[in-house]
Amino acid sequence: MTPDDDQLFRDVCAILERYRPAHVQLTPATELSGELSIDSVAAMDLIMEIEDKFGIDIPINLVSDLRNLQDLLDVVRQQSEGR
Amino acid sequence: MDVFDKYALVSGRHSKVVQAGADPFGVCVNQVLSATRGRINGRDTILVGTNNYLGLTLDPECRDAAIAAIREHGTGTTGSRIANGTYAIHRELEQDIAEFMGRRSALVFPTGYQANLGMLAGLAGPRDVILMDADSHSSIYDGCRLSGATVVRFRHNDPEDLDRRLSRLADQGECKLIVVEGIYSMLGDQPPLAAFAEVKERHGAYLLVDEAHSVGVLGEHGRGAAEAQGVEAAVDFIAGTFSKSLGAVGGFVASDHPKFDVLRFCCRQYMFTASSCPSSVASVRAAFRRIREEPELRQRLWANAGALYEGLIALGFDVCSANSPIIAVRLPDEETAFWAWHRLLEGGVYVNLALPPGTPNGVCLLRCSVSAAHTPDEIAEVCRRFARVAEELNRSGTTQVRLAAHG
Repeated sequence: MTPDDDQLFRDVCAILERYRPAHVQLTPATELSGELSIDSVAAMDLIMEIEDKFGIDIPINLVSDLRNLQDLLDVVRQQSEGR
Repeated sequence: MDVFDKYALVSGRHSKVVQAGADPFGVCVNQVLSATRGRINGRDTILVGTNNYLGLTLDPECRDAAIAAIREHGTGTTGSRIANGTYAIHRELEQDIAEFMGRRSALVFPTGYQANLGMLAGLAGPRDVILMDADSHSSIYDGCRLSGATVVRFRHNDPEDLDRRLSRLADQGECKLIVVEGIYSMLGDQPPLAAFAEVKERHGAYLLVDEAHSVGVLGEHGRGAAEAQGVEAAVDFIAGTFSKSLGAVGGFVASDHPKFDVLRFCCRQYMFTASSCPSSVASVRAAFRRIREEPELRQRLWANAGALYEGLIALGFDVCSANSPIIAVRLPDEETAFWAWHRLLEGGVYVNLALPPGTPNGVCLLRCSVSAAHTPDEIAEVCRRFARVAEELNRSGTTQVRLAAHG
């Protein structure tokens, strides 16, 4: 990870903290719906929080493809660059 | 792996409530007694959750029109609008709607749900961007998905958030379509349409307002939120339904856009479905007449709504809706909400139990919808039943209804 990637990872983890059960550790491979308590509604709230934090838009067309934390990081990076 | 395994969680949650004594998704009205009463579980029940805002489902004029239409045109059309399913009455209804809404043209769909699907999928394509209010109805979410457009949500009733997003998306997509509702179905709140219209003009976007809960309910002539807020000229497309204030089944979309009628050949949800049955078409035409001729219906609706709203607040309930024909009482959790809903039903009052994910911000609601046909006695009786539930909740000590509301 570059320092920027590392910062992005930490920022996203800070937002995900609320959904993290005590025994789960956040890594790029962490499953968003399997390991974290993120259902379809929580996912929508989470996306909006991330959009606000990074000043980006994440079309909901992309949300259903997000499986793990790495997918989410990729989308945030991609949407931030596209700005 | 069973094909239904994917529903295990939902199904478990459902079994839990059914074991607790009643099925909020399986209520059966065994007999319709009036526009505001039905027999449920053998009990004469006051209905306060039907969206029958003007009580027109049993209006003699609407009923007679439907019966006459069946005698004259039959029970169904057995055809789509682009084949054999366009009767003169379909065209006449579309003209009536255009006239009523003050628009150049209107398209009728067999359900309100389909009107939204058809409108969104018809207006927007894969090269466009739809910006939708986050609290939109499922039909809007589904229509957005069908369109293939890039879909971005903005914060509920937040024109500044919409503005920020439109700025960020400035060079994306060919056309931008903003979608809001005239009255939101869960909390009865209205959008700040003038502010949305200003943002829309500045960014050169189109604005679609779904007036499903507001036609016949808002505005001097009953045209909805855009009329009530004096911004009709800024609204490009209006969607509506026949299954609420108009007392039948179906939906429509209306617009002044000169090319609007191309959707008759390009909107799949309009083209590839059977057209509305004659009885619905005829009763809706009569219902529009009734709304035009009797503004007192709307006045009665709002008087009843105000009485229930004030009554429930006076009882200490956490009423989290606007003062509107949709009155939502917030309860602290799913279990309490279900228990209160069930007690009301046993006491002869039907309201909607609304739970996440169907509610905004994960709240658990007893959702009431008021009708012009409710009598003052019925509203008073509903308040008495709610009072009993409040007493029981407070006595049980597990929940302080009062505390939930005002700290």
